Amino acid sequence: MDAPDHLRALESEAVHVFREVAAELERPVLLFSGGKDSIVLLRLAEKAFRPGRFPFPVLHVDTGHNFPEVLEYRDRRVAEIGERLIVAKVEDSIAAGRAREEWDASKPGSSRNRLQTVTLLDAIEHGRFDAAFGGARRDEERARAKERIFSFRDDFGQWDPRAQRPEVWNIYNGRIRRGEHVRVFPLSNWTELDVWHYIRQEGLELPSIYFAHEREVFEHDGMLYAVSEYVIPSSGPFTESVRYRTVGDMTITGAVRSGATIVDDVISEIAATRVTERGETRADDRTSEAAMEDRKRQGYF
Amino acid sequence: MTTLPAGTGKQLLRLATAGSVDDGKSTLIGRLLLDAKLILQDTLDALHRNGTGGAPDLASITDGLRAEREQGITIDVAYRYFTTPRRSFIIADTPGHERYTRNMVTGASTAQLAVILIDARHGMIEQSRRHACLSGLLGIRHMVAAVNKMDLVDWSEDRFRTIESDFAGLAEQLGVQDARAFPISALNGDNVVERGEADWYDGPPLLEHLEAVDVASDRGSGPVRLPVQWVIRPEDGARGERRYAGQLAGGTLRPGDPVVVLPAGSRTTVTAVQTFDGPLESAAPPDSVTVGLAHDLDVGRGDLLCSPDDLPASGRRIEATLCWMAESPLRAGEHVALKHTTRTVRAAVESIDALLDVTSLHDGPPPDELVLNDIARITLRTAAPVAADPYADNRITGAFILIDEDSNDTVAAGMVRRVRPGGREPEHSPGVTWHDSGLEREHRWNSLGTRGATVWLTGLPASGKSTIAAQLERILVEDGHPAYFLDGDNLRHGLSGDLAFSPADRTENIRRVAHVARLIADAGMVAIASLVSPAHHDRALARELHEAAGLPFLEVYVDTPVEVAEKRDPKGLYARARAGKLEDFTGVSAPYEVPEHPDVTIHTATEDVSASAERLRQVLEQLWFPR
Ligand SMILES: Nc1nc2c(ncn2[C@@H]2O[C@H](COP(=O)(O)OP(=O)(O)O)[C@@H](O)[C@H]2O)c(=O)[nH]1
Repeated sequence: MDAPDHLRALESEAVHVFREVAAELERPVLLFSGGKDSIVLLRLAEKAFRPGRFPFPVLHVDTGHNFPEVLEYRDRRVAEIGERLIVAKVEDSIAAGRAREEWDASKPGSSRNRLQTVTLLDAIEHGRFDAAFGGARRDEERARAKERIFSFRDDFGQWDPRAQRPEVWNIYNGRIRRGEHVRVFPLSNWTELDVWHYIRQEGLELPSIYFAHEREVFEHDGMLYAVSEYVIPSSGPFTESVRYRTVGDMTITGAVRSGATIVDDVISEIAATRVTERGETRADDRTSEAAMEDRKRQGYF
Repeated sequence: MTTLPAGTGKQLLRLATAGSVDDGKSTLIGRLLLDAKLILQDTLDALHRNGTGGAPDLASITDGLRAEREQGITIDVAYRYFTTPRRSFIIADTPGHERYTRNMVTGASTAQLAVILIDARHGMIEQSRRHACLSGLLGIRHMVAAVNKMDLVDWSEDRFRTIESDFAGLAEQLGVQDARAFPISALNGDNVVERGEADWYDGPPLLEHLEAVDVASDRGSGPVRLPVQWVIRPEDGARGERRYAGQLAGGTLRPGDPVVVLPAGSRTTVTAVQTFDGPLESAAPPDSVTVGLAHDLDVGRGDLLCSPDDLPASGRRIEATLCWMAESPLRAGEHVALKHTTRTVRAAVESIDALLDVTSLHDGPPPDELVLNDIARITLRTAAPVAADPYADNRITGAFILIDEDSNDTVAAGMVRRVRPGGREPEHSPGVTWHDSGLEREHRWNSLGTRGATVWLTGLPASGKSTIAAQLERILVEDGHPAYFLDGDNLRHGLSGDLAFSPADRTENIRRVAHVARLIADAGMVAIASLVSPAHHDRALARELHEAAGLPFLEVYVDTPVEVAEKRDPKGLYARARAGKLEDFTGVSAPYEVPEHPDVTIHTATEDVSASAERLRQVLEQLWFPR
């Protein structure tokens, strides 16, 4: 028999991971940002559990600075598949004194990005979740190349690179102590291009900001930021045809100039691109090469 | 620049790299990514920042965590991805340092091909042998020797040919048929992606080989293996059959195929093979699918669906090759959890049989204990039967991990060599030999038109065991099948009249009943034993006796909550125990160890007696007369 297409092999592996977690852990949750990776995750969960229901709810950490197109998409998509959505708000963490505001509209590039960690960990503790599916991929960033598919977090949500378990064959060890949890990354072995090809293959709908559209933007520190109620432009705004490669907060997600209006165009653009996804569009990642690792230690996805 | 939107219709190749420190492994991977035009601009900028004199520092591409960067060594497995117009690659980059056997085992466990780095100046050193041996041990059937730094030996053909033949010799010893050597300079790029120096070399560059090597033609061959991961039940109120979800681990599965469910041994037919996208005509590894089964059997996570004509050995004694991965040592007698496919069972290390020399894979004398990175042959005994193939036959159903039950850590990777029934030979009085009547069992059974088996019902007092047992006896006998009910209480009137209820006496009682049951089953009847039998080890003994004799044994857990049993209490025993008038009463003043892997579970709260008995009869039928 012929070998399966590599996307089918990756899909089968991810489905296996989903089912292992559902079987071995008691209270999983799926982290959903409305971004393309979590949209693919959601589809893979359907592949794993239909015609049954998902044995877990879907969780969105809302910073209050999301693109409205993404929130609209989130609500519609979750309703379509008929699963339960939990929204955890960074604003609530700030109001409760659990986190201190770091965003300042007059300082482009400032954001609530780091505060998400607090809200996420609180939501995990509050829901007594023992496993959280995330859409991270190993190709995203160098620090991720060594990340396990099952990534253990202690009872403070911290990640210790030295205390991770060996992952041999496709046999995952999901045993944890009370209070600990595991982040599970079914897309570990996918690349950005794989994700796009899968979106095309599955005919998945995406939030409109992934495709070229006219937007009022301003340039700051070499990046193109959206003009929005959350930021005071540091330079003159102008209108440009842009799209986004990832969805994050409006305050810090950079747009790329693009004319790609359909998935195929996006794939060609990415195939030709010379800058990795994170370097291009997430201001906070450029600060230091070790930035990602530091945030992982604190409990960011 | 990549022109073709890569990604569809391509095969995936998983490869592992191994080399000693400074052989140039990181440089090679960097070179592959760079020349295949897969390094993106910002990554390249970072490389130039780290490099010296304007040349990119290729090695730093595969470098990851900060602490390691500071120490200048890689200490774990890092995964890298690249794609060419012909294939998608996943590289498990495993470091070559002597201490890190564990990482190499991890990286190699999922790889289809191994690239072993060899420094042309040093040749096949002990480390290179180690890397090749570990790859072979982990079942990698395709190997490549990347003979690197050829520029430093002036592209000497002699040098290369010597290494090439050393490598071929070792590969042959390891039973690896596809082994090839490539003369390269990772630093300069010769023969990596493009051809280079050495006019005497007429083979392809390394990447061309990686793109072409045939790793998938045996997909779907061999017997069917499907470990059940998860059961999908129709939504409340909805109609439809249950579906059993799992990832194919061997063979080609089609609707209509007969399968045997292990460890129970029941036989059924696959009605459908499906995915979210609809029904399939066939599925093979690594497809994740769901299947429907023709019979309403007690199938769940941890069961293995197999081709009836080629079953894996099932038993409780596993001989395996083990890579010990924990800081603390392992000694014989220690207890662990063993996870094999989707099934986790308790296990004890019965013996450490040999320590392997990883540069030759030869057995050395057994050590008292295993330490981190040791590879050894060991024997494990499991609390419940495990159905497994030898690792050499199947890299999924022949693999397992060991888990420390205190720390929850994964402490070992194991590869099955052989599974044995695990029953110990029945003990016997000195000087007495078994009298063999000379009649073969099969002959006896066939002539009488009967079959033997033991059905062992365990559960709390008053859980309903005896009622079900009596009913099963009745329907079997009415059906013309000889059956005999061994009631725990009745047996205590004669055979075990000298025994009380202390743990030692209970063990002795069960030993006697187990032997009686075995004789009855051997004679061609169904022995139906109904005993509280609260201890794992006692029930295990009964099972072992039967397995050693090759007789079917069904452990049936009559699962009735203690509150319910206590309410029934037909003999007033619970009341007396509560009043302190009965000592060692199971459920009140003595523990009941719930069976971990019963063959059948009966919930008396939701199933009535005749339904339970009928279900047991069907399971027996399936065992004897597989359809
Ligand atoms: N001359 C020469 N040097 C090489 C070659 N490949 C790697 N090196 C050098 O060998 C050293 C160790 O390489 P590195 O890739 O870090 O080795 P690793 O420890 O196996 O990852 C570095 O200084 C490389 O530049 C080669 O083909 N020729």
